[in-house]
Amino acid sequence: MIETDILIIGAGPTGLFAVFEAGLLKLKCHIIDALPQPGGQLAELYPKKPIFDIPGYPEVLAGDLVDNLMEQIKQFQPGFTLGETAETITKLEDGTFVVTTNAGTQHKAKAIAIAGGLGTFEPRKPILKDLEFYEKEDRGVDYFIKDPEKYRNKKVVISGGGDSALDWSIFLSNVASEVTLVHRRNEFRGALDSVDKVQELKSEGKIKLVTPAEVIGFKGSERIESVDIEVNGARMNVETDYFIPLFGLTPKLGAIANWGLEIEKNAIKVNNALDYQTNIDGIYAIGDVNIYPGKLKLILCGFHEATLMCQSVYQRINPGKKYVLKYTTVSGIDGFDGTRKEAEKAVVKAIE
Amino acid sequence: MPQDITLKITDRNGQLHEVLAPTDMNLNIMELIRMYELAEEGTVGVCGGMAMCASCQCYVLNDKISLERNSDEEAMLWEAYHVKDNSRLGCQIPITEDLDGLEIEIAPEQ
Repeated sequence: MIETDILIIGAGPTGLFAVFEAGLLKLKCHIIDALPQPGGQLAELYPKKPIFDIPGYPEVLAGDLVDNLMEQIKQFQPGFTLGETAETITKLEDGTFVVTTNAGTQHKAKAIAIAGGLGTFEPRKPILKDLEFYEKEDRGVDYFIKDPEKYRNKKVVISGGGDSALDWSIFLSNVASEVTLVHRRNEFRGALDSVDKVQELKSEGKIKLVTPAEVIGFKGSERIESVDIEVNGARMNVETDYFIPLFGLTPKLGAIANWGLEIEKNAIKVNNALDYQTNIDGIYAIGDVNIYPGKLKLILCGFHEATLMCQSVYQRINPGKKYVLKYTTVSGIDGFDGTRKEAEKAVVKAIE
Repeated sequence: MPQDITLKITDRNGQLHEVLAPTDMNLNIMELIRMYELAEEGTVGVCGGMAMCASCQCYVLNDKISLERNSDEEAMLWEAYHVKDNSRLGCQIPITEDLDGLEIEIAPEQ
C-alpha cells in the first residue's frame, strides 16, 4: 500500500503545483492519473500550443509549462501512479482514506485533493466488430502507449490523423519492426515538424502510409494477426501484432461521480470561502473540476486553489499548530531529497 | 451601436430556443450555447474552442452561413461521430451581425 499525506487525483498543472505548495509545508504527495504521462490536458490535447495568461510568462507552450512544473516540484519527490484511474474510496476510522485504482493499486492518505480537470480521459474508439474481444489481455488493440518497449520488433498499425498518431508513428518507427499509419484523409493535422518528419520517414520506407483509408476489421483467433483496411473503395489485409487507434480522448468524470460528493453541472461543489473542501471532510477539489459562485476554469485560479487547499490540509494534520507564512525568497526551499535552494547572500563590503 | 441578433437553436432534446446574441463580445456559437446553458455543462466546448473535440458540433439548418469549414475544423470533423454535410463546429463560427436569423441544431454527444 502506497502511503502519503495528500493523495492528488489528476496530474494536470493544478495537481502538479499542489505538490510544490504541499512540499513547502513538509507534506508529501502522491498523484494518480489515468494518462500514461503527467500534464493532463496540456500534455495530451495541446502540448505544442501557447498559453498567454500564466502570470510571469508572456507566452509559454503547454508542454513546456508541464516540464517546468515537473522541474519545480522534483525536490519534493512526488510519487506517481500513472495509467490508472481512481475507482473507489474508503474513509477509515482514524479519518484517513484508502483509494483503490482500477488496477487494484491501493493508496492511503490523510487528505484527498481531486484535481481531475474535465475528468478521466477515455479513448474515443472506432466502431468495429469484435473490438471488445481484442482490447482485452494484450490481444492486440491498445489505446495508449504506456511502454514503447512492448512494441519492440513487433508489427504495428496506427490509425488517426492528429498529433498523437503522427508522434507515435515517428517514435515507434525506431522501435517496431514495421509501422503502418492509416488515416481517412491524405492530409494530416499536426505540428509542422511532425508532419514533415512522417513525410521523411515515409520516403525512407520506415513508415508505411495508407490513405485515404480506414481499418474495417480484424483477423486472428487468439489475438490479432492482421487488420482489414479499406483504401479508396478497395480492400487490403495487413499483418500486424498491434492495432493502435489514436482518435483522441473524451473526458468523463467517471467513478469519482459515485463518491458521494455534491455535483453540479458536471463539477464538484466546494467551499470557496475557505479551503476548497467538498461536502466530505478531508476531500478537496481544486482546478477545473470544482465549482463555486464565480468559478473560472483557468490554470492560474487552479494554482491559487491548490495553495489554499494545502494550508487547510496542514491544519487538518497538525491541529492547533500555529503557522507563519514563509516566503521562498527569504527561507529558501528544503527538498525531501536533501537539496536546498536559497537566495544568494548579499555581500556587505565598502566601496572605496 | 452593434445590434444583438436572434438565433434559433435546437438542443439535444429537440427543444427549440430562440436566443439573443450580442455581436460585440467576440463570442462564437459554442460560447453562446454555454452562455444560455442549452447543453449540459461539460458536454459542450470541452477543449475550450480549439477545434479539438467536436463536442460543439452543430448542424446548420438554413443558408445564413457558409458550410465551408476551416482546415482545423475540417480535420476534426473527419474523425468525429454523427457528421453530416451540414456539420460545423460551433467554436469556429464567430457571431457577427450577418448571422441574424441563423438556425442550427446541436449534434448528439460525441
